[in-house]
Amino acid sequence: MDPQDVDLTAPFGPLTLPNPLTTAAGCAGPVRELAKFVPLDALGSVTTRTIMPRARAGHPTPRAAATPAGLLTALGLPGPGIDAFVERELPWLAERGARVVVSIAGERIEEFAALAARLGGLPGVVGLELNIGGPSHADLGLVFAANPAISYDLVRAVRRAAPADLPVYAKLAPDVLSITDIAAACVRAGADGLSMINTVPGLDIDPDTLRPSLAAGPGGLSGPAVRPVALRCVHLVHAAMLAGRLPTVPILGMGGVTDGRDALAFAAAGASGIAVGSALLHDPTAPLRILDELRTELASRGLAAFTDAVGLAHRRD
Amino acid sequence: MAHPVRWRAEVFGCTAEGAYHRLVLQVPEAASRARPGHFASLAGDHAVVREAVPIARADASAGTLELLVADGPRSGPLDLIAPLGTPFPVPDAPVRALLVGHGQHAAPLPALGEQLTARGGQLGYLLGAPTAAALHAVDEARALTQDVLVVTEDGSAGLTGLVSEPVAQAARAIDASVVYAAGPPDVLALTAAAVADLGIRCWALLATDLPCGTGFCAACVVPVVGADGVSRFARVCTEGPVFDATRVRWADIGAVPADLEGA
Repeated sequence: MDPQDVDLTAPFGPLTLPNPLTTAAGCAGPVRELAKFVPLDALGSVTTRTIMPRARAGHPTPRAAATPAGLLTALGLPGPGIDAFVERELPWLAERGARVVVSIAGERIEEFAALAARLGGLPGVVGLELNIGGPSHADLGLVFAANPAISYDLVRAVRRAAPADLPVYAKLAPDVLSITDIAAACVRAGADGLSMINTVPGLDIDPDTLRPSLAAGPGGLSGPAVRPVALRCVHLVHAAMLAGRLPTVPILGMGGVTDGRDALAFAAAGASGIAVGSALLHDPTAPLRILDELRTELASRGLAAFTDAVGLAHRRD
Repeated sequence: MAHPVRWRAEVFGCTAEGAYHRLVLQVPEAASRARPGHFASLAGDHAVVREAVPIARADASAGTLELLVADGPRSGPLDLIAPLGTPFPVPDAPVRALLVGHGQHAAPLPALGEQLTARGGQLGYLLGAPTAAALHAVDEARALTQDVLVVTEDGSAGLTGLVSEPVAQAARAIDASVVYAAGPPDVLALTAAAVADLGIRCWALLATDLPCGTGFCAACVVPVVGADGVSRFARVCTEGPVFDATRVRWADIGAVPADLEGA
């Protein structure tokens, strides 16, 4: 099969995207610089860094440490705040034809809901990704994503505040008791899809100073090191959907995707969309390259459409 | 930022220069756009982050970029992105400029000096490094001006001390109207402080780790005062690496000052 004949169309809940590739939140900066390397409209969608109610400086430096197969970061969700994002960043992205998924977070459920209401109907915005991996003010600083009941309340509040035709995706953290329970809570609350996974908590110690390498102390691990962790989460939740233990919604898979084979592995595990994260830091053209490689991988297996690969790892034959 | 290109660049030459190696790469698109102060970014095949490297020279007619790398010789092809960042401003009018370079980071100064000289400018030059072996481009400096002062921290060449120590005196001696400095943050902080007392402009090229070099990762931020008087984090790789030294909050690098927007 000719790779150019492969149909990459990616239905993703209420959306139908031209292909399954997107950027992972926070890995393409304000996205403006990504446009120097990748035409934004060539990607299925573009996911922003997490936008919060107010401008946020984030953590002091050092904010990143390279580890043998991954990157440990603690940025502290730096960003311009919703007003500056809506006024200065979003119009620029929309003009370039980007299908923008806005990652949002707040410290309180009401803040998430207010952000969702504000972003609904704005040009360019095709979806919201809820970064529920941050600490919840109401839950004494425990992350929203660690508690099924709080995750449920959060998604429900956002679903009510956002226009009905704006898809809402919940981004799940891997370090929870049962990711399937959290996934089920989010879907039952009205999530149109799930993003998996957020970074894996980690710590690096500088061998010279014997102090944490990052100013914030612990950080989030990304890159190839977390790929098996992410694949397990995607596989687990997709299997639970197949078994009828939670309603079926699309999964956006991410975690150390560096080439077309990795993207195909996530699809086989059950992902209907693929996000490229820390690979962007090493190769700013990665999403386009991976898309091309994915096309070749699918063709070489005689798969005529990307959707034919979704969930293949679960087939019994 | 000039539009960068990503390239599998062949290494056409690799020569040892003191503690460094000068790589000559054939990258016509990047060579025509690179200005002094732009940097290049290299990546190994399986690395998770990239390496920022100073561009010593860009020859548009030959289509070559010359990079100065800190460690051993390299062979190609290299995964290269260039030119990146914001270069040194070069005024059209003649200026009396003091160039201050520390170690490897002095690499872009000869090309800058040539441009300033071509516009009728006059130069003074301070070059420093921890040791004599770590000095860079002393001969190129001497070819540009007689006013070259060398400083090493261990005294193995020239004066003993930090390159920032003679800055005020050297700037006065040549009646400088502008200082162009390149080095690590601690050296630049002292240089900026010395220049601040003189009331002249100082452009500072900040040499720090730049994990991506492209503005994506936001790990390389320093606190900078904006034109509106508000302090914000600026990415060294994108808003920099060249900053107006009076805008950088040198004492707060590595911290989140309480009056920073979003602190």
